[in-house]
Parts: sequence; structure tokens; C-alpha cells
Amino acid sequence: MEQPRIGVFVCDCGTNIAGSVDTEAVRAYAETLPDVVAAVRNRYTCADPGQQEIKRVIAAERLNRVVVASCSPRLHEPTFRNCVQEAGLNKYLFEMANIREHCSWVHVQDSEGGTRKAKDIVRAAVARARWLYPQDEEQLPVTDAALVIGGGVAGIQAALDLADAGHQVYLVEKEPSIGGIMAQLDKTYPTMDCSI
Amino acid sequence: MMDVGRHPNIKLMAYSEIQDVSGYVGNFQVTVRKKARYVVAEECTACGQCVAVCPVLHPDEFQIGLATRRAIYMPFPQAVPSAYLIDMNLCLGDNPIACGKCRQACDKKCIDFDMQDEIVQLNVGAVIVATGMDVYDPAPLDEYGYARFDNVITSMEFERLISAGGPTEGHLVRPSDLRRPKRIGFVQCVGSRTAHSSHNPGGSRGNPYCSNICCMNTVKDSLLLKDHHPDTDITVFYMDIRAFGKGFEDLFMRSRAEGVKYIRGLPGDVTCDPNTGDLTAYVENTTTGRLEAHAFDLLVLSVGVIPRLETELVRQLFTLSRTGDGFLMEAHPKLRPVDAPTKGVYIAGCAESPKDVKDSVTQASAAAARAEILLNSPVIRVEAITAVVNPDACKQCGRCAVVCPYSAIIWEKGAVAQVIRAACAGCGTCAAECTFEAITMRHFTDQQVYAQIDAILEEDPLERILCFACNWCSYAGADTAGTSRFQYPPNARLIRTMCSGRVKPDFVWYALQKGAPVVLVSGCHFADCHYISANRSTVRRVDALWEGLEKQGVRPERLQLDWCSAAEGQKWAKIMRELEVLRLAVTPDEAEFTRQSLTGKRVPTASQVWRLKEPRLATMHCMRCGKEWASVFDPAADQERMCPECRNNGVRVLLDGRQ
Repeated sequence: MEQPRIGVFVCDCGTNIAGSVDTEAVRAYAETLPDVVAAVRNRYTCADPGQQEIKRVIAAERLNRVVVASCSPRLHEPTFRNCVQEAGLNKYLFEMANIREHCSWVHVQDSEGGTRKAKDIVRAAVARARWLYPQDEEQLPVTDAALVIGGGVAGIQAALDLADAGHQVYLVEKEPSIGGIMAQLDKTYPTMDCSI
Repeated sequence: MMDVGRHPNIKLMAYSEIQDVSGYVGNFQVTVRKKARYVVAEECTACGQCVAVCPVLHPDEFQIGLATRRAIYMPFPQAVPSAYLIDMNLCLGDNPIACGKCRQACDKKCIDFDMQDEIVQLNVGAVIVATGMDVYDPAPLDEYGYARFDNVITSMEFERLISAGGPTEGHLVRPSDLRRPKRIGFVQCVGSRTAHSSHNPGGSRGNPYCSNICCMNTVKDSLLLKDHHPDTDITVFYMDIRAFGKGFEDLFMRSRAEGVKYIRGLPGDVTCDPNTGDLTAYVENTTTGRLEAHAFDLLVLSVGVIPRLETELVRQLFTLSRTGDGFLMEAHPKLRPVDAPTKGVYIAGCAESPKDVKDSVTQASAAAARAEILLNSPVIRVEAITAVVNPDACKQCGRCAVVCPYSAIIWEKGAVAQVIRAACAGCGTCAAECTFEAITMRHFTDQQVYAQIDAILEEDPLERILCFACNWCSYAGADTAGTSRFQYPPNARLIRTMCSGRVKPDFVWYALQKGAPVVLVSGCHFADCHYISANRSTVRRVDALWEGLEKQGVRPERLQLDWCSAAEGQKWAKIMRELEVLRLAVTPDEAEFTRQSLTGKRVPTASQVWRLKEPRLATMHCMRCGKEWASVFDPAADQERMCPECRNNGVRVLLDGRQ
């Protein structure tokens, strides 16, 4: 494995993070971590200027791992994965440190404890980033045909929708006729009309 | 129905069954048995000459036995395909001495007694399971007398009796004397909303769930009756009328305005006058608090919905899951309600839960749209978080294949386990189960997790609570705590895994050795597990760890387990506060003792709790607040444990007499 060259991008998120966490201290701390070659602070990392900055530093410092310390990966991991990919890095070489939902927002009154926690979160993310590997997503072909099992009202509707959209449909029904339970009903609510 | 028969893109295979399935998302191979109809469906013009000469009579299933059909028959006049078939269990045969009349009568010569079942292979990318429902058989509810009295019928039988296509051409009569019933009673919740208990063994007297459709079906029936014969006297016995859907309340109000009487209370007994066939229902009217007797000509039991037997066969073929009530389980009850947990499989209609026509159609369209996302893409990409087996390290024990919720690992005795990448969802429970470190989870490797543990516990480990949180629920629950600004002590440090099932016992052991005062393993509630059942393995492993820690003299309470849904931000904050109290109780001496005690010891993987074969009385011990209570522990029950005091899900099962 090539020597990791990690860039850490600490986000202020306006005052969402910087309001209770000393982001400059976190950035300075990140710089001291093993294999970190650049640590940058941004006001809004997810915004265009923030992403441009990531791409610029990737090129300038020849980064091969990127850690963004900002919000939850459930929110912006796809954003930053795309960003590093556009800069030529495999998207699995990106790692996120959640210092907002898990830190600044839940320790609003405890700046000291929050800042210490944010440093820990970044340290763990950098430690993980050192062991990230590029991954290839497997691509599998798709057979453009569907099987619908059951020819009751649900199966009929699903088969018709798929067929109308141009897909080949196989509708398998156990009984000699489709229709299911619905065909046995006289009228159906709420329209009080015939079922067949 | 007709549209299906003539749509150029639909190949209709009626009278056919799924026999076998292989493959995976985007590439399923399905074997279908097309049963012999003995009538060439494509040639048959449904002229009916064959039926006219068939001498065999049999109760007509479509008319629920209220009429007869022949051995050669069409299920109902509007059947699709519109073709006859021969019921070979009834047919006398083609021998001219015995019969063979239909073959002689058929001008088109489309009757073929030599027809064989046909095996057809299909290649499909997506599958929609719409296997439907069945109706509850009310015979075990003897108080209603369904099996004893002719004039007690089910709501399905009523449908046939009032249908223009039914045996009486829509002229409603009662079975005993074929006279028009003028006093009709309906009994609701027959087979529904009945708890399973010692009085209801195996659910023979009904199921706990609401069947969803019966209230409105009765409201509809009452309006049809009033429409046909306004002088009909109608009484409905109910527990609650659930008229919750669009336009439902209007119909209910209309029914009441038409004079239909709604009485809150279900009959406790029904008697029949053998001379007249008239019925009397005895009921406690819970609104007036009086015992009442009501006379009827006809009593209709509004029967509930039950899962269909065939669904179970399909479920097993596609390794789908079912909920406790027997219906199919969705990938997620709120966010992925038509996806099955198996990729490429979607669920529609009553196979998923009891529902009416409108909801079935809605769900079917949703399932079709979901399937189309898949079918419209030339290729699918699989997120690179799947399991990889190292063949050199694999000891061929097969444990991984046993715990995989997706049957994505193929293993045979004496062979190296193989992962079907397309079927693997990346939960990692196989890697946690493997004691030979032969499975690597891409992007969630052991190495990465150990690096995180090391980093977290590098400085002042006693200050830090190590938490494993699953991506879908507990990590998201912690996010929700954040967005809700619920404040809690700042000592927790999270490690995200896709599933709590990824948490290898060694991780916990290592963290405690490294000085972690408290370790939390957290995941989804049982019903929410995003990997079908992978978090059941978590429970099993934590049970083993608790026993193993105790054996080494380490307080097992220092390992905490809890479930927290994505919505439970409040609960996450509460867990964090409670864990902080536990953390403060751990002294440097205790941590040092733990380090010495655990070093070099084998990490426990099996708990005595899970060796039980039968339910057993046990002491349940809350690992958070310490509450103890007696309960029967059933290893097969698949029930989430919860402390009645503090609602923590980390509850240890202490088998009585273990000391």
C-alpha cells in the first residue's frame, strides 16, 4: 500500500459546529495526526467553495485519503464521495467525521468537552482512513423481464403496469383463471361497483 | 382481467406453480410447472358443448359449494384464460366404455387426454410476489353455530348469494328453505382481533390482528341489501367500526341513515329453531349494558383474512421473511414498504397484510414502479461493502452460511464458503461469526475497526465510552438526538458499522482490555433490523460475552446492549446519560484488573442460554438498572427483550439454578 497522504477538512457549518466546538483547535490538532499532510478549515464544506477547496488540496498535496469533519455521513457522504471522485480519487478513500449531530449539537453548553470529543472523532476517522482501500463496485447485468406470482387484483395491476411500461411480464397463477378473491366478490366498496 | 389476457407484453401462465428459484437480483432463473389442462387453451372457444355432456357433478369452488360444476369446467364465466379444463381427479376417463363424451362433443377437437405437465424455465430480473390471502374458517367458533346451522353463512358465501353471477343470480335466499331472509344479522371480527392464549390454541379461534376489510365489507353489504330490498331489517354486531379510509365514513353514515342497526357487542351464543330454521343471537349490548336476544332469518359471519399457505412456499423459495402474524415482511415498514428484504423481489397485495382492493392496486402499482427502477437499468451496481472469503483461512465450518440472513453464502461440507456478491447486503454478521478471521467485510474491515478502537482509547481511556452503532437505526438515532438538540454528556465515542451483527465479540473484548470503562453495542429494534434478522446474532454474541466476562471476574454490566430506532433521539440521549453513570463507577484499578483478566483468554462465542432446546423459566436481569423479574425464556420465540422498569433492551437471561 502506498503511504497514506491524508487531508482533513474541518467544517464550521456557519455556527452550527463552530458555535460550540473550537474548530480551529480541531484543525490544528488534525495536523499533528500521523499521515495527515493537510488540515483545512472551511465555513461551509458542502457548499461549492468548500468542495472546490477539497479538490484543490487533493491536487496540490497529492492527497490519497480525504477526511471531512462535519455533519452525519447519512446526510453528506454521497456529496463528498462525488467530490473526491471528481478529483480523481476512488470514492471509498473518503471518510467522514460526524462532529455536528454527534458533537456540537448535543454539547452546546460544553465547549471544552465538545472540542475534546471532536478531536477524538477526527482522530478515529483519520485512523480508519489510513486503512481505507479503493473499492470497485461490481456491475451486474439485468434481465429486462419480470415475474409476477399471483393473479389476484394486486398481481393483475402489477403485471399491467409493468407491461404497459414496455417490460416483458410472466404472470403465474396457480388456479385455472386469474381473478383471485376479488373475482368472487359481488360489488366492492367504496365505489359499490362490480368487481370483475 | 381481460387486458391481461390480450396484452402483448404479458405471458399469462394460469394453472401453474413456481417450483424452483435460483440466481439473484437482476438475474433470477425460475422453474414453473404448467399443469396439464387436458384442453388446449389456445384452441378452446369456450362454446360449452363439452360441459353439456359431462356426467360428473362436483361442488363448485368458485361458488363456495353453493352450486355444482362438471369435471370439465371453466372456473367462472369471465375466466381468463377463457378456456375449459378437465379436473382429472373427477373425470371418468377417455375410455369409450367409461365416458369420453366431451372429446366426442368437441367440434374443435381441442381436448387432449394425453397432455402432460410442462416445465418452463424463465429468466427474469425482478419478481413481484402477489400471492394473496385466504379467509378464516369460522367452524371452531362453535358459539356462532356455523357448522351446525344452515342459515349461518360467511361473508364470502354472502357475496356469492347476492352476486348476479352467483348460484341464485343475485336473488338473496337463505340456505335452509331458499326463502328471502328479511331479518339479517352480521357478526364482525370473526377470526380477527382475538389474542392467542390457552383458550385460543394455535389461533384456531382467530388471530390478534385487525383484518382491515371486514367492517367496510359489511357496510357495503348492508347498503346492497337495502338497495335490493329496503324492507330488510339489518343488525350489525361489532367491537369497533373501523371506517378509516377515504369515503368510508360517508358509507357508514349512509348505512346508518338507511336504518341499519349497529350494536356494540358480539353474540355469545346463537340458537336455531329446528322447525323454522330461524336463529336467535344472544348478545351483551355493551352500550346499554343489557343482555339482548335478536331473532334472524340469516346470520352472516364477517370472516377475517389469513395468510395463504402458498405464500409460505414462495417465501421459502425466495428467502423472504414474515412477520409474527404470518404475512410477508417488507424491507422496512415505513420507508421501503413494497420491497422484500431480498433484493429484486417486491411485495404487493394481501400477501403483505390484509387490505382492500384499492390498497392492493396502490401497492401493486408501487411494486411495479420499484421493479421498473431495476428493469430500466442495464446494469446494477452493488455497494462495495460485501463479504469476501479468504479461501486459505476458511476452515470450512459453515457457521457463516448459517447466520447469513440472505442465504448469500454457499457452503457444503468440506468446501470453502462462497459469497454470492449480488445477494450479499453487507451486514457483516458472517465476519463477526467467523472465528478464523477468514471473512473480510469490504470497507468495514477488522483492521479499520481496531484502528478506530485504538484511536479512541489512546489517551485516558477511562474517560471514553466506546459505542458501536448500526448505520440504519442507532447511528441515525444519535443523529436525531443531534438535530433535536437533546443534550447529553460528551464522553461517548461512536464506531459506525452497517449492522450491530458486524460487532465481533473480539472487538468488545479488545476494547475492555484496552481500558474502555463501558462498551455499548447498539442496533435496530427487532422489527426494524435492516438485515432481516442479523441483530439476533448480536444478542447471541452479547449473551456469550456477558457470561464470559463474568467468568473472568469482570462486571458484565460494563458491556451494554440497547436498541434505538432512527426516531428515538430521546432514547439515545437517555442511554448516553445512563452510560455516563456506569462509566463513573469504573476505577483505574478495575480497568487494570480487567486488562489482566482478559488478556490471553479466549473470547467467548457461545452462551448457555442459546443451548436451550425448550422454553424455560428464567430470571431476567436488566443490565442497566439491575431490575430482576421472572419470565419464561423461549429461545425460539424471537422476542425483543425489554426491562419493564427502564425500557432498556439489554436484558440478560439468567437460567435459574445457574449458581
